[in-house]
Amino acid sequence: MAYECNGKTIEADEEGFLVNISDWNEQLAELIAKDEGVPMSPEHWEVINFLRDYYAEYQIAPAVRVLTKAIAKKMGPEKGSNKYLYELFPYGPGKQACKIAGLPKPTGCV
Amino acid sequence: MADIQIPVLGDPDQREIPSLIPGAMAGSKPYVAQPPHQEPLGFPGELVPDWQEKALGRMGDLLSKYRSLQVYMDICVKCGACTDKCHYFLGTGDPKNMPVARQDLFRSVYRRYFTPAGKMLGAVGLGGLIGAKEFTKDLLDEWFNYFHQCSQCRRCSVFCPYGIDTAEVSMAAREIMDSIGYGQKYCNEIIGKVHKIGNNLGLPGPALIDNLEGLEEDMKDETGQDVRFPIDEEGAEVLLVTPSADFFAEPHVLGLIGYAKVFHGAGISWTLSTKATEAGNFGMFIGNYEQMRKIAMRIREAAIELKVKRIVFGECGHAWRVAYSFLTTLVGPWDFLDPRYPVPQHILEVTNGLIKKGGIKLDKSGNDKMVLTVHDSCNVARASRMGDFPGGQFVIPREVIKSCVPKFVDMHPDTTHEKTFCCGGGGGLLTDELMDIRVKGAKPRMEALKDVVDNQGVTHMASMCAICKAQFTKVLPYYGYDREMVVSVHQLVSNAIILGNND
Repeated sequence: MAYECNGKTIEADEEGFLVNISDWNEQLAELIAKDEGVPMSPEHWEVINFLRDYYAEYQIAPAVRVLTKAIAKKMGPEKGSNKYLYELFPYGPGKQACKIAGLPKPTGCV
Repeated sequence: MADIQIPVLGDPDQREIPSLIPGAMAGSKPYVAQPPHQEPLGFPGELVPDWQEKALGRMGDLLSKYRSLQVYMDICVKCGACTDKCHYFLGTGDPKNMPVARQDLFRSVYRRYFTPAGKMLGAVGLGGLIGAKEFTKDLLDEWFNYFHQCSQCRRCSVFCPYGIDTAEVSMAAREIMDSIGYGQKYCNEIIGKVHKIGNNLGLPGPALIDNLEGLEEDMKDETGQDVRFPIDEEGAEVLLVTPSADFFAEPHVLGLIGYAKVFHGAGISWTLSTKATEAGNFGMFIGNYEQMRKIAMRIREAAIELKVKRIVFGECGHAWRVAYSFLTTLVGPWDFLDPRYPVPQHILEVTNGLIKKGGIKLDKSGNDKMVLTVHDSCNVARASRMGDFPGGQFVIPREVIKSCVPKFVDMHPDTTHEKTFCCGGGGGLLTDELMDIRVKGAKPRMEALKDVVDNQGVTHMASMCAICKAQFTKVLPYYGYDREMVVSVHQLVSNAIILGNND
């Protein structure tokens, strides 16, 4: 599949994950989120930005526990839970948030 | 979630055989592997033009290499004992999900091209008289769809009077499809990551080390103790090999914390290895011996490099099958390890032994108000053992759980021990595009779970397999349950263990 963003065609795989991570921009993220039915709020952006920063350093999305700890630090301990992340990203913070952040899908037994 | 028709759960004691819905799952198939997933494994990038000839050649190789496969092809008498034993059939009503029908997709080709009658009758278009079929592209597509609706759980083989193992047939079919360039994306992409990065997840060493440091900090905060998560520590007694999901996902990581606390509590020195960061071995799912061997070899190399005395496996179902049943023939001998311990050992054997000898102490109030049941993972239940007595793989996990929780209840006996049902996501089916079959395939397990929830107050289900944990986390909400209802066995140990000076 592909996304049409700003008159450009952005290549994605069967599930909507970007083929080239460098194609990502914030407008595209909004577009992917719309496809996913996720209304982007500042809280969503906190998660997306953290994912992207972490990926830039480690070439992988953060583990769920790393993510919840980081969110707790930034947004308060009551939001540092897997449950809260699922509220933001109903299909799972790992996969759905990664898609919106333009990162590859975590694979394996997750 | 909306477009999946969720099966209605009944009474496991009066399980209904579904009405047949021919073709119900004919459209269910995983993504086809692309050249970047196929080629690093030595498979053709895409379906080769002379695929039929190549596939039959490979089938001939496998029939002569694996005598069991030849016997399975010849020995089925169509008695029907297997027909209502597959969770995917029970959840979908698609007659091609009856194990015998699944085998027949393979058997019909075998009969056409490998039996004298099939060759003769097939040549004049009468192969149908003996159940022989031309190997057409349509039939190949059916292979792709229905051999990826088998989780290789082997429940049907328990009921087959001849012991035909559908898992082996489905592994052979997948091996043939890989060899002609018609592989499955999920498995092959993952195997590629194991070769390139070291684990199914694609978790690089520095990220893993960062994760482990974070866990050590958490342990200090939670327990006040220096519970360590050592990595690449030469000379440690134990090398722990665990699924990479244990470093990443919930509830998996809570199990990893449990292993670390057990080693800490018992004073056993241990280490992980940046080389062997994956216990899982998807080489088995695709039926490819070479891949299986190559993936297992990393464990041998890590054990030698780190000069460990024992190898212990974390909670992972099919990894334990490969480890328990095949590790020595794949990458043995293990004469450099301490002969006083089994090679390999399961973490549940270690923990149970320590509980019995008083090497660790537990306090059930750590799991206050929890009522547990356990899901026997298919590969642990039917393809391996724990301990030194028959049935240890059922007894030992239950003993550990019972030591940690105030109340334990078993599910219906037709769904536990060797008759356990697959979680619905095993055998390389744990991928999002197969969510429909995964949800439906979980039906028999969900039925048995609902029974003990409704009638015995069960609050949580323990699992000892990374795939089961991930699958239940995803499918429980479809059936109206909380995703956190599934817990790691060692998560319960982690909650109950008493650390520090408690003499």
